Amino acid sequence: MPIHEKSLIRPEDLTEHEKLEIDGVDVSGHWSTFIETRVVSDYNERMEEEIAALPGGEYIHRCFQCSSCTNVCTVNSLNPDFNPRYWIYLARMGFEKELLRDKELLWQCVSCHKCTHACPRDVVPEGVMKAMATWAELKGHTGVSPSAAFDAEFTEQIVATGKIEEGRIIRGFFKRTGQPLRQPWLLEMSLRLARHLPILMGLKMMLATLFRPRTRDWGKSEAAITEYLAERETANRRALNLDETAGR
Amino acid sequence: MSDKYKTVAYYPGCALEGTGHGYNRSTKAVARKLGLNLVEVPNWNCCGAMEVKNIDPEIQNYLSARNLSIVAEKMSIDTVMAPCNGCYHNLKKVEHDIAEKPKTQEVVDRLSQKAGHASYQAGEVETIHALDWLKEAIGEDGIRERVKNSLKGLKIANYYGCMYTRPRNIFPEKDQGGDSESTYQPHYMDDLLRAAGAEIVDYPLKTACCGGAHTLADSDTSTKLVLNLLQTAEACGADVIATECPTCHSGLEMHQVRAETEFGIKTSPKMLYFTQLLGLALGLSRRKLGIHENVSDAKELLKQKGLA
Repeated sequence: MPIHEKSLIRPEDLTEHEKLEIDGVDVSGHWSTFIETRVVSDYNERMEEEIAALPGGEYIHRCFQCSSCTNVCTVNSLNPDFNPRYWIYLARMGFEKELLRDKELLWQCVSCHKCTHACPRDVVPEGVMKAMATWAELKGHTGVSPSAAFDAEFTEQIVATGKIEEGRIIRGFFKRTGQPLRQPWLLEMSLRLARHLPILMGLKMMLATLFRPRTRDWGKSEAAITEYLAERETANRRALNLDETAGR
Repeated sequence: MSDKYKTVAYYPGCALEGTGHGYNRSTKAVARKLGLNLVEVPNWNCCGAMEVKNIDPEIQNYLSARNLSIVAEKMSIDTVMAPCNGCYHNLKKVEHDIAEKPKTQEVVDRLSQKAGHASYQAGEVETIHALDWLKEAIGEDGIRERVKNSLKGLKIANYYGCMYTRPRNIFPEKDQGGDSESTYQPHYMDDLLRAAGAEIVDYPLKTACCGGAHTLADSDTSTKLVLNLLQTAEACGADVIATECPTCHSGLEMHQVRAETEFGIKTSPKMLYFTQLLGLALGLSRRKLGIHENVSDAKELLKQKGLA
């Protein structure tokens, strides 16, 4: 019998013999399609706890698999492999290896909050996606994703000055991710802006890149945030059974 | 028209001092024209945008709580208005979390104490968006009475983005029936711009995502999402996409250019902040409204429609 739902099964889990005869019956081609026997013995039984311990993941246990999240997901509409409902299932079952097949997709959530809006169980799937991406990175399964690099650049600037300056964010991000700043489209955009921007405004924007905007008397807030973040990082690493002192 | 929101604390946020400067200028110009007082929150800090929560959500809450505590302690005003969706969202978020999650109050208290300022308590300040502000303080009738230069003939698609309506739990005042704002079909911008004479096109992607959070981290995804917004607006017959968020606005502008330079796909809609459009209707000049500070060059279109 041909398997009608073949598209739902990964190709590596299917076998098919081009030429096969069993008891005199020709079962060549799709007549001999078999789904490989699947035995799972390497669960990560702590996986749900690990993800729940990371920022954003705390409500993963509430999920009852209705798939409202995947149904409304912005990224899923561009790439069907981006499937929050499925990943939450895998994490809760402890199917670590299965989740890791999609490890390079986890960070691609654009935080549109459609899932959190639609979720009838208040799982906050958007937060869970971020927690999963952090989990994969902390465990060394992925490098630092472009999204995580952007978050880090952004947060560091706020912690240091209380504010951000967009030009500095762009430069910092491209430097961090080893990309050239001279992206043709950014140049084209600057050119178009320059064409109708008065000189004074242009000067003001250039000055902002030299003199960083800052919140006055920010030092104590900076110290309080830095201390809290260090505490959290230790806690996050402890939750994943990682060396607490190593740091990122 | 009511006295409510006649004077509000103004939290512009970082983007309005940078790429969203035209939004800042036009918001202030419109307020002046309408006799509304904006008092800027003194010595504010960044709200953490969409990034800090991924490092730690409670730090993002602390950042917004600090701003709210300044409004509560240092200004005798009970309402703060944020024109940026990100700022608005984060202020609403901490308001919700502080009321609902003991951990948030605990962290905010601890960090505020260490930083040497008052801690924020739930309910001290009401956070509103620039749309709530104009809708309540002036309203459609108020706009209609004051229109000098009707937007008649200008076809507008209103784009509200993500953070203005989602997730529902941080916006308890929305979806309350009657004229309240809807999270699925928001209409405040439609109401105000229609009152200014514009023709509002039926735009199905009002609250679709522009990929703003990954505008640089995953540019191809953002370009696809923005192209979808632009091409749909075009298909709906819109000349202009009206925006109410600096991240959405610059995202649409950036990726319109990127789609052109990287993929050769041209799209026609011009992006204008809704405050710029209202300002034009109220008779303010393009320059006063910072329209020349937008990347998207709407000058010819506005001239053609007799608006500049």
